[in-house]
Amino acid sequence: MDADQILQQLYDQTLAGNRPEVVDLTEQGLVDGIEPTTMLFEALIPALEEVGARFERGDFFVPEMLIAGRAMAGALEIVRPLLADTGSDTIGTFLMGTVKGDVHDIGKNLVDIMLEGAGFKVIDLGVQVAPETFVEAIQEHKPDVVGFSAFLTTTMPMFKVNIEALQKAGMRDDVIVLVGGAPVTQEYADVVGADGYAPDAAEATRRAKQLLEERRALTPA
Amino acid sequence: MHTVVRSQSREVVIGPDQPFCIIGERINPTGREAFGEALRAGDLSQVVIDVEEQVALGAHMLDVNMGVPLADEAKLLADAIQLIQEHTDLPICIDSSIVEALEAGLSVYEGKALVNSVTCERERLEQVLPMVKEHGAAIICLTNDETGIPETAAERVEICERLVDIVCGEYEIPIEDMVIDPLAMTVGADPQAVLITLETISSIREQFDLNMTLGGSNVSFGLPGRHALNAAFLAVASHAGLTSAIMDARRAEVVEGCRAADLLLGRDEWATNWIAAHREAQAAAS
Repeated sequence: MDADQILQQLYDQTLAGNRPEVVDLTEQGLVDGIEPTTMLFEALIPALEEVGARFERGDFFVPEMLIAGRAMAGALEIVRPLLADTGSDTIGTFLMGTVKGDVHDIGKNLVDIMLEGAGFKVIDLGVQVAPETFVEAIQEHKPDVVGFSAFLTTTMPMFKVNIEALQKAGMRDDVIVLVGGAPVTQEYADVVGADGYAPDAAEATRRAKQLLEERRALTPA
Repeated sequence: MHTVVRSQSREVVIGPDQPFCIIGERINPTGREAFGEALRAGDLSQVVIDVEEQVALGAHMLDVNMGVPLADEAKLLADAIQLIQEHTDLPICIDSSIVEALEAGLSVYEGKALVNSVTCERERLEQVLPMVKEHGAAIICLTNDETGIPETAAERVEICERLVDIVCGEYEIPIEDMVIDPLAMTVGADPQAVLITLETISSIREQFDLNMTLGGSNVSFGLPGRHALNAAFLAVASHAGLTSAIMDARRAEVVEGCRAADLLLGRDEWATNWIAAHREAQAAAS
């Protein structure tokens, strides 16, 4: 296989969620001298974007998205240490968690996959994450964006509690806050004072990128 | 063991020797934007349509959830229950995670309701159980606690045991008024999810003989062909010992799947219900 064939295979197998094959192809690509960034930007990320697009259209289903995410993660484990040297490893850090009182995580995990696919470094705190845990994790990881997930109308009020905890800790302006989950609406996101809302994983990724770019445009490094 | 719920004029018995109890899940604004908007504006007309659609195919009970963000859920739930009682005599499953809403719902309900739900979390149990006892209602108890959803059947059964100790032991609510939710999760996110649920159901049936219900549509979340999956799940879960589900009662294939399981599993002697449903459908078609 030449380089183009490997990249095409990498794209196809990521889309198909074939993790062992994706891992083999990634290793083969490195042996053949393909740049890690080339594999990332010309095969892996486009594959995940296609997964997201198909999911959004209703052509892809939850298990397909999950296995594509796993396949991508298999490649990233190999490629990421190499990317760190080039400075192209991440476009930003995203801290994620399901709010306290809520144990739902499928949607959140799908968002993780799409964010990773888009080049974010994702730190997922899991489910039942207390406001103080978010605050501590923000201090530790200094993320660009924080995502709160809630699946129940009764746990959605935790968005506000979390945002108030960030205000109290004096870090509200340091991070972009995104909220999401089945019962959440744009209106609700506005009421609780979030910076953004998205109805699905692909849109969440777009919003995160967009808000991050807007913020960086305002505060040049 | 028999769990009995009733409206003013109708009694429904849940039990392993009874027809599988179909609790219609539809009256719930989650994921129904237009319905949520209407409820927030105080327009409950869709509720009546939902009632009629579920009654048509033979639901035994109706779940009522008014979880609309930024709305007065207690008032909505009380209003909805009063409205539903004017349109059907099916018993109601009062569904909220807000204690005040459950209280408001129970106070207007005429009969013996099924309350949905508590988990094995102290604070919730202390708030909800006295209310359940005072109203003489039955209660759905989820087999999870503050630490999240247990990944093994053994842990879920252990929580069930704790729930029995608290609900019956401490609060002296009759054990037959406990309906356990063994937790159904989507097989789309975990290939073992349904097997764990089935193992939990068999163990609880064997050790406690309690009645059980669960979200019958959860298993197919994120997958195509949901009705076929739901119907197959409910049939195997019924065999494992599940006695009820909060499910899509508007889809013939799912409802018929439950009735077929009743017949196949010896809970519909001489196919009486199965044949009656067939005749009804024939009469409706002609």
